[in-house]
Amino acid sequence: MWKRILALTIKEFLSLLKDRKGRLVLVVPPLIQLLVFGYAATFELKQVPYAIYSEDRGNVSRDLLAAFRGSSSFNLVAQLQDESRIAPLIEDKQVLMVLRIGPNFSADLLSGKTTQVQIITDGRNSNTAMLVVNYAGSIVKDFSGAWAARRGSAMPAHIETRAWFNPNLESRWFFVPGIVGLLTLLVTMLVTALSVAREREQGTFDQLLVTPMSPVEILIGKALPGFLIGILEATLVTLAAVFWFKVPFLGSIATLYVGIFLFLLSAVGVGLMISSIAVTQQQGLLGAFFFMVPAIILSGFATPIRNMPAIVQDLTLINPMRYFLVVLRGVFLQGTPFRLLIPELWPLALIGIASLAIAGWLFRNRMY
Amino acid sequence: MNMRLTGLIRKEFLQIIRDPSSIAIAFLMPLILLLLFGYGVSLDSEHIPLGLVVEAPSADTSNFTAEFRESRYFETFAYANTRNAVRAMTAGKINAVIVLKQDFARQLRQPDGAPIQLILNGVDENTARIISGYVDGSFQNWLEHDAALRGIRSEIPVRIEQRIWFNSELRSRNFLVPGLIAVIMTLIGALLTALVMAREWERGTMEALLVTPVSMNEVILGKLIPYFLLGMGGLALSVAMALWLFEVPLRGSLWILLAASALFLITALGMGLLISSVAKNQFVAGQIAIIGTFLPAFILSGFIFDINSMPKIVQAITHVIAARYYVAILQTLFLAGDEWQVILPNAAALVLLAALFLGLTWRNTRKRLE
Repeated sequence: MWKRILALTIKEFLSLLKDRKGRLVLVVPPLIQLLVFGYAATFELKQVPYAIYSEDRGNVSRDLLAAFRGSSSFNLVAQLQDESRIAPLIEDKQVLMVLRIGPNFSADLLSGKTTQVQIITDGRNSNTAMLVVNYAGSIVKDFSGAWAARRGSAMPAHIETRAWFNPNLESRWFFVPGIVGLLTLLVTMLVTALSVAREREQGTFDQLLVTPMSPVEILIGKALPGFLIGILEATLVTLAAVFWFKVPFLGSIATLYVGIFLFLLSAVGVGLMISSIAVTQQQGLLGAFFFMVPAIILSGFATPIRNMPAIVQDLTLINPMRYFLVVLRGVFLQGTPFRLLIPELWPLALIGIASLAIAGWLFRNRMY
Repeated sequence: MNMRLTGLIRKEFLQIIRDPSSIAIAFLMPLILLLLFGYGVSLDSEHIPLGLVVEAPSADTSNFTAEFRESRYFETFAYANTRNAVRAMTAGKINAVIVLKQDFARQLRQPDGAPIQLILNGVDENTARIISGYVDGSFQNWLEHDAALRGIRSEIPVRIEQRIWFNSELRSRNFLVPGLIAVIMTLIGALLTALVMAREWERGTMEALLVTPVSMNEVILGKLIPYFLLGMGGLALSVAMALWLFEVPLRGSLWILLAASALFLITALGMGLLISSVAKNQFVAGQIAIIGTFLPAFILSGFIFDINSMPKIVQAITHVIAARYYVAILQTLFLAGDEWQVILPNAAALVLLAALFLGLTWRNTRKRLE
């Protein structure tokens, strides 16, 4: 039995790697994605272009403006003299924010009154707008606190913020472990989803069915290449994450590989399921795509699952990516011990076994 | 229009109708993606689980925690001590912890002020930042309530008034849905055409075409026209869903939207044809289409991630990503209006890219075998 499986596995590898473009496709795109994702996917804002419109005649506002200039989050583009210039600047996307200081700013502060500044932002991307407001808000608050302290009227309390597991709130630390999962899924799915479809399209699958191989043997022979390539891919991206992107790796390698192993069961299973339903490679590719996009979007890769409507949250329970991402981020950033990850690992195992079983059943019962 | 071209177009339409996967890309894909993004992806955090640790409860601390218990942004959970709270945070049950120490009441209103500890789970740094902002907001409210309670004027010298234009309620759906239309159009244009051309090569039907009197221009047009129409159908569906299902406002004109979309679709089709002239099998063509067009449309277009915050070299790359210009036009048309200062330069860039892609395709596809 194992000899036959080995032969099929070798044949699968040969058909994947036989031409130069096929080989390149397995190595180059994931590498490009890792770099692009690693560098471009960030919710951090740097150098937000902004303008100042200050009607204040006093000196106090200068300190506030200096605080903005000193921040690497903001980049001063224009100083406006005229209110009517605000709207075109924002509409034409030349600035994301206008800081507006009223005529009585200094006078109010010096006489001990409460004054206000206006922050106008471009809400076309609401997440960016909210972050801009937060960034600007914290600068104004620091200024406000310092001013209050100087006037001897201290705040009754103050907040001391600490961020655990990611003290500097680096966006990259959040995304790069997710990319390990994303690329592992992508490559494994592409390899497996096309494997049966290609044989169907070329008519060799029927030949395979009349050989002495049992459906289980075919299944294992088709699953192994995807599995091995998946492990290789995950290892490569993990190494890149640690040594190139310098993301901390606090947990145990063994826990990580248990997670990868269980996740690959599902990825390979779903890939083979799609592949055995598909008649042509185009359908296989599309099927893989139709599975991967929701799997990534509903996994918490970029946006928290908690923000989704309740019914969509329930839907994510059958998504293997969801569990794998918790394992990855836990192992990388939190050093979460194996014991605490069991609630994520058993659903992965369950989904993996179920999808492989369905794929095996489809092999036997779907014939064209 | 000559007969050979109409024949090719007719054949392509028959193929589209008979293979459900092309229809799936054009109509099912927009439907699924829009539903997924419209309902599934939200950056608007509400009911964030927040742990509260009050080491010595008193009237002051309960006034303080009430501010968080009543906020719609938080759902609070009480923990007996910091250790338990942090364990719950590690296990992902809560996202942040606020700790009021033993001597909170005593230090309150002392010159140094009482420290309030906010511990965030920094793994998801975007959520952490948003929580920090919300906590600050509740804290400011408490300061004012506390001042009012004691009958004194608020101590905050500078108040912030925020004005968010174009999307004052900060609905993330309003920018995700228009941006998503760009992703969908990229998929229809580039992925579909790349696959159908590669299919002709792989199945050997391209060779059959080569020996007929059809010219290469006619072959290209015969692919462009049907998929252009299919793409515009997908667009109509997406726009209808955006307006009526997700209630995204359309403040610009529908005609400009259609014109810009047609322009972008031609660019995307050009990319698809170019890919298929390089990759003559479906596996490779599909891979290149996903890596070269879909992912950039997603990540490098400013659809979700701010382009200005990317490293300079990545910013330079975004200039050749057609989706970048289309996303800018879409977000402006939907949320701001007909801002010609945004639309014209971006449309010009699209024209350039379309000419580039189609020109390269035309150069690359000759009637010859390899």
